[in-house]
Amino acid sequence: MTSVLFIEQLLNGLQFGVMLFLMAAGLTLVFGVMGLINLAHGALYMVGAYACATVANYTGSFWLGLVASLVAAAVAGAVVEILVIRRLYKRDHLDQVLATFALILIFSEGTRWLFGSFPLFLNVPDILSGPIELPGGLLYPLYRFALIIIGCLVAIGLYLLIAKTRLGIRIRAGESDREMIAALGVDIRLLYTIVFALGAALAGFAGGLVGALQSVQVGMGEPVLILAFVVIVIGGIGSIKGALIGAILVGMVDTMGRFLLPSFFQLFMNNSDATSVGSALASMSIYILMALVLVVKPKGLFPAHG
Amino acid sequence: MDKFDREKALNVLIALSLLIIPFIAIEMDEPFYVTLATRVVVFAIAGVGLNLALGLGGLISFGHAAFFGIGGYAAGILASHALNYEPLMTSLFELNGTTEMLIIWGVAVVASGLAALIIGLFSLRTSGVYFIMITLAFGQMIYYFAISWPAYGGEDGLSIYVRNKFPGVNTLDPINFFLICFTLLMLSILLISVLKNSRFGAALQAARQNDERLSTVGIHPFKIRLTTFVVSAMITGLAGALYADLNRFVSPSMLSWHTSGEIMVFVILGGVGRLFGPVVGAALFILFESIFGGLTEHWMLFLGLVLLAVVLFARGGLIGVIAGKTRHG
Amino acid sequence: MDKGNMEPVLKISNLFKSFGALKATDDVSIDLYPGEIHALIGPNGAGKSTLIKQISGDLEPDLGSIHFLGKNMAGLGVADRAQLGLGRTFQVSSLALEFSALRNVMLAVQAKSGSSFRFFKPVMKDKALIEGAMEMLTQVDLQERANIPAAELSHGERRQLEIAIALALKPKVFLLDEPMAGMGPEGSKKLTEFLDKLRHQAPILLVEHDMDAVFALADRISVLVYGQVIATGSVDEIRRNPLVRTAYLGEEVV
Repeated sequence: MTSVLFIEQLLNGLQFGVMLFLMAAGLTLVFGVMGLINLAHGALYMVGAYACATVANYTGSFWLGLVASLVAAAVAGAVVEILVIRRLYKRDHLDQVLATFALILIFSEGTRWLFGSFPLFLNVPDILSGPIELPGGLLYPLYRFALIIIGCLVAIGLYLLIAKTRLGIRIRAGESDREMIAALGVDIRLLYTIVFALGAALAGFAGGLVGALQSVQVGMGEPVLILAFVVIVIGGIGSIKGALIGAILVGMVDTMGRFLLPSFFQLFMNNSDATSVGSALASMSIYILMALVLVVKPKGLFPAHG
Repeated sequence: MDKFDREKALNVLIALSLLIIPFIAIEMDEPFYVTLATRVVVFAIAGVGLNLALGLGGLISFGHAAFFGIGGYAAGILASHALNYEPLMTSLFELNGTTEMLIIWGVAVVASGLAALIIGLFSLRTSGVYFIMITLAFGQMIYYFAISWPAYGGEDGLSIYVRNKFPGVNTLDPINFFLICFTLLMLSILLISVLKNSRFGAALQAARQNDERLSTVGIHPFKIRLTTFVVSAMITGLAGALYADLNRFVSPSMLSWHTSGEIMVFVILGGVGRLFGPVVGAALFILFESIFGGLTEHWMLFLGLVLLAVVLFARGGLIGVIAGKTRHG
Repeated sequence: MDKGNMEPVLKISNLFKSFGALKATDDVSIDLYPGEIHALIGPNGAGKSTLIKQISGDLEPDLGSIHFLGKNMAGLGVADRAQLGLGRTFQVSSLALEFSALRNVMLAVQAKSGSSFRFFKPVMKDKALIEGAMEMLTQVDLQERANIPAAELSHGERRQLEIAIALALKPKVFLLDEPMAGMGPEGSKKLTEFLDKLRHQAPILLVEHDMDAVFALADRISVLVYGQVIATGSVDEIRRNPLVRTAYLGEEVV
C-alpha cells in the first residue's frame, strides 16, 4: 500500500463526509427547531438529483442543473411542509415516522412514474473534469476536490447564517424556547416552513452534487438518509456542530474501513477470505462506531439540549 | 353492545374469516389465494411481534426487519446445509443442517432473540427519536452485512428447494402449511393477550405511559423494555422463518428497512395496540397490493397516500374506527 | 426531640451540584430521623427541586454523599432507591394516566410484593394485588374513584393518588414534593392531618410552600436559599431567625 493511495482514500473519506454533512445538517436543524423526525429527507435528496440531471441534460449546463436542484428541493420541501409536515409537529414520533415513510413511498413511486425505472446520468462539468495535482505530486479528481471545498463553504455559510443573521437568531430561539419566539411576534409557521425548505435545499444540493458521481435513480436517497441518521446520533440530535463532526467521522471510518480492513485481514488469512471478512466488517464499521459512541455518550458527542 | 365486547366479537369474526378463505379458495379451484392468505398470516405474525413492543410498550422500533430477516436466514441456512449434505461446522463437533420446521423455528426464535438482546442493550439506553434512528441503523447494519457476506448468496439470496418438514403433516399441501401458520398466529396472539394482562404487562404499559412513575415504584423500566424487545423480536423472527418457507427463498430484502416500514404499516393500518390489529393491517396490505398491484405498477404511490391519510385522519386504524376507543381497566 | 442515640434514616452530607456557573446545591447537609417531619423551605429557584432529584436518584451530585439507612446511595438509580424504601411524590403529579386509580396503586403493590417478571397470571384476577391497592386508596379516601382513569381525576385527587401509591410501597422514608400545591383550604387541612399521622409510619422530608402546613407539621425546618442551607432548627427557631426573616419569610409571612 502506498502513501499516495492512503492520502487519496483520506480525501475520499473527507468528500463523503462533507456530503453527508449537507444531508445531516437539514435533518438535525428540522429536529432541533421543530422536534420532527423526517424520514423523507432522503426523498428531497433524490428530488435534487433528478432536478439537476434533468435540467443539466436539457440545457447542457451543469450549473443551471445545480441551481435547479436547490430550487426544486426547496420548493418540494416547502410544499410538503405546508401540506403535511405542519400537521405533524404536535403529533408523537410514531405518527411522524409513519407519515414521512408514506411520503417516501409517494416520492419514490411518483418519481418512478415520471422518469421511469432507468437511472439518469449526469456528467461532471468540463471545467471540473480531470485530476488536480496536489502538493506532493498526488493526482486527485478535481470534481471530488471541488466537492470538499463546496461542502466546507456551505458549512461556513450555515454557521454564519445561524450565528449572525436575524433568521439565525430566530432559529436558535426556536431551538431553545418555542413559546418565547411566538411571544416575540415571529411568525412561527413561516419560520418553520423556511427552516424545512432550507434543510430540503441542502439535501437537494447534495443530491445534485453527488448525482455527477453516481447514477441518479429512485431510492438513491435512502442509504444516505440512514447514514445521516447515524451521523446525527453520533453528533447529537439538534447540533449542527455535532452533525459536521459526526459526518466527517462517519465518512472517514466508512471509507477507510473499506480500504484498510480487507488488507488488514490479509495479514493472517488467504486473500479471498480476507476480502469477504474485511468487506463484511467494513460495511458494519460505522454502526459499530455509533454503538461505541452511545455507550460513552448516549446523547451523542454534542448534545444540543442539556 | 359495549364497545369492549364489540372488539372481542370483531376479533372472532376476523379469525374465522381468515380461516375460511383458503378453504373457499380450494373449492373455487384458486390455490393462489391460499398462498395469499398464508402471506397475510405470516405478515400478521411479524406484526403481532412488533405490536408487543410498539403497541403495548411504546417502543417505536424501525428495525424489526432485522429479526424478520434473521428468522428467514435461520431457516434458509439450516435447510440449505441439510439439502446439500454440508455440515454447518465440523471443528468442535459436527453440526448438521435440518429440514425439520420445529428445530428451525427454535433456532430462528433464539437467533432473533439474541440479536434483539444485543441491539436492545444499546438502543434502549436511549429513547424517542434516538431509539427510532438507532434501531433503523442497526437493522441496516445487518442488511449490509447480509449483502456483503458471500457465503449464503450475498445480494442474490438463498433458495430452499423443498419446503421443510413438520412431523405428521404434509407441508407441501398449501392448506396444511396455511394451517400451521394460522395456528402459530393464534398462539402468538394468545401469548400477547396473556402478557398484556400479567404483572409484566402492567409494568410494560406503565413504562409506555410514564417511565418516571414506573421507576418511582421501584421497577426498572430498562429491564422490562429489554425483555419486551427480545420477546417481540422472537415472534417476528418466527414469522421470518415461516416466510422463508412460504417463498422457499430468503434474500437481503427481508432485512431492508422497507420491510421494517411495512411491518409497522401492518400494525398501524389495523390499529396500534389492538390484539388483532396486525391481522387486519396485514390483510388490508395484501388486499391493497393485489387489487392495486394488478391495476398499476405504481401501487406503492397509492399505499403511501392511504397511509398518510390514516396517520393524519384515522389514528385508531381500522379496528379503532369500527370498535371505538380502547378502554383501560 | 432527643436524637443523641438515634441514627438518621436519611443523611445528606456536604452535597454539591452545579450547572455551569450556577451552584444549585452548595454544600448542603440535611438529615432525617425516625418519627420526624423535616420540612425544606425556600424561595423559588433556591434549589429544592435539584436537591430532591439528587435524593431520588434522578441526578448524581458532583460531590458529597447521601446515605439512606446507612447505605451510600452513590451510583444507584431511581428504581433501586425506591426498592430500598424511598417513597416519593412529585410536585406535578406523575401517574400512568391511562390506568385507573386502582391500577396505578396496584403497580406499586406489585413492585413491593415480588417480581414484575411474571408473565401469565392476570393481575385483575390477583386478589392480593387488588385488595392491597384498595386498602391504600381507602386510606387516602379515594376508594370511590378506584376505577376512574387517572387522566380523568381532579387535580386534588391525583395528589391523593400519588400519596396512596407511595403508601403502598411501605417506604422507610417519604419524600414529598409540595403535596399541598393546588389543594385548596379544605384539602390542605385534611392532608395536614393525614401527614401528621403518617410520620409514625416513616419519617417525612417535606418540601412545601404552604407555611401554615409547615409550621403545623414540621419538627425541624431547613431553609434553602441560593443552594445553601442558611438555617436548620425548630419551628420557633426558624421563625425567630433574622437571617431567615430577611431572606425568605419576610416576603411571605408578616
